[in-house]
Amino acid sequence: MKTLRLIWMGWLFQFKQMRRSSFDSFLAILWPLFFATVAFFMFRQGGDPDALIYAGLGAAVMGIWTATSVAAGSALQRERWYGTLEILVAAPAHFSLILLPIGLATATIGLYCMVTTLLFGRIAFGIELGIQDPAAFAFAVLATLLSIGALGFLIAVAFARYRNAWALGAVSEYPVWLVCGFLVPLSFLPDWARPISWLLAPTWGMRAIRSAADGGSPWAEIGMCVLLGACYVALGVLVTNRVLRAARARASLALT
Amino acid sequence: MAVVEAIDLHRTYRTSTGTIRRKWKNVEAVRGVSFEIEKGELFGLLGPNGAGKTTTIKMLITLLIPTSGTARVLGHDVVKDAREVRRRIGYVFGGERGVYERLSGYDNLRYFAELYGVPPKEQKERIAYLLDLVGLTGREQERTEGYSRGMKQRLHVARGLLHDPPVLFLDEPTIGLDPVGARELRATIATLVDAGKTVLLTTHYMFEADALCDRIAVINKGEIVAHDTPLELKRGVVDGTVVEVEVFGIPDGTVDKVRELAGVLAVSVEEREQAQMLIVQTKPEVELTNVILGTLNGASVGRISRREPTLEDAYVSLVSADE
Repeated sequence: MKTLRLIWMGWLFQFKQMRRSSFDSFLAILWPLFFATVAFFMFRQGGDPDALIYAGLGAAVMGIWTATSVAAGSALQRERWYGTLEILVAAPAHFSLILLPIGLATATIGLYCMVTTLLFGRIAFGIELGIQDPAAFAFAVLATLLSIGALGFLIAVAFARYRNAWALGAVSEYPVWLVCGFLVPLSFLPDWARPISWLLAPTWGMRAIRSAADGGSPWAEIGMCVLLGACYVALGVLVTNRVLRAARARASLALT
Repeated sequence: MAVVEAIDLHRTYRTSTGTIRRKWKNVEAVRGVSFEIEKGELFGLLGPNGAGKTTTIKMLITLLIPTSGTARVLGHDVVKDAREVRRRIGYVFGGERGVYERLSGYDNLRYFAELYGVPPKEQKERIAYLLDLVGLTGREQERTEGYSRGMKQRLHVARGLLHDPPVLFLDEPTIGLDPVGARELRATIATLVDAGKTVLLTTHYMFEADALCDRIAVINKGEIVAHDTPLELKRGVVDGTVVEVEVFGIPDGTVDKVRELAGVLAVSVEEREQAQMLIVQTKPEVELTNVILGTLNGASVGRISRREPTLEDAYVSLVSADE
């Protein structure tokens, strides 16, 4: 119960902090729209309405991932700049319970991006999703959001150890778009890339969202998505102490 | 049992220069620091910039792992039982960093109350008490980006006390504060010690250490060079005399020349508005004023005075002894 409360309060605090800057919030929402626009123009050339829906859903999840991967890195970097990272580490709470809400809060900002991208696709490009199973769609979005938040948490653990690891977030942005099938079907990828896709929860989240929108059964994909998200959290909790110990040994918690 | 024990602490940093042909260098920031702090004691750690004060304090509060040596807080090892140590300590550092500027003072305290495990039912009352203690009542709902340096510093103190820790580590808490703010903070620290807290304070300010500390360790170049009560430290140089010479444009090499004079214990230079103050500590039996003036190569001289040594002189003498 204490753990859940700590995660909830941490999420509330981090989310409040992230949305306090209207400029940051505006940029976080605007940024994914540029990529969505490029994708919509490309897919519109094919003249296939289904392909445009495919791109619309893909671009929406791209928005969640972009917001999470970049923001999780910069959130930790901001903690360093504020001088609060050391205070967080010196607190008695398990450090993973401090980092997990950061990942979840960035994924929540990603939800804003998703909604904006879907609205943008509808208004600017006339993409009508026509979601067949709204309840399953909502579950699929929630599972995707949580699992991406968990992945953001896992990345944040690395950010705590390496001072320049924030760049990892930006670097991982585009490969994940590709390898998780946001815009290109996984069947287009080389065989060796498939296992990487399977290990990434957004792959299953994306499948679940598309399946729910089409009226298929997304539950197996939702299950895989949640399972992988849980694995990321477990792995993150397990390695946090080791990562933190390395950071304390190498004095990488402070700026200087 | 001592509340804080540092036993032969060492800390080495590995730094590099160059990009392609990177050269690595080990920098010994702390070299065999040992001390003990008893319950209810206010222990001062004094030293110039880069002496190893902050590195020592960071090892004690579990943010850095010592390269060698051990340290315990209330019997808990700072490396093996880091979490137990964290439950029992408060950490406050000086400066404006360390607060979430986009959020209010209240939000900051509420978040850390959660992290420090303050029971939810007690949080409101505890935060209200601490806001009152540090004089921030009525300003707690404002964003901290609008706080003055002094207000941020007081918020730090409130944060460090949220879980009512028995041991407090204060790393230069009054740095950059205006005189009134610094005096108020010193009064707060004295109140905490009166309430039974054990405090380790690092500071540059001699008068602060003199006024507050029960015992002082002077640290220089990573080593403790003196360790005693403020009174005893002063007594170490009380037999000497201090000559102060105001010089307008001190010639290069003067400090070295004066340091080599027989009977000189320590030399330092303080920058004043348009002049420099040459401060020379001498042995009691010698009169060196004219000899010192002779080393100035005819530079324009203002006020000359002789006085008894202070704790600051004792400090200067200690940290410049091996230069």
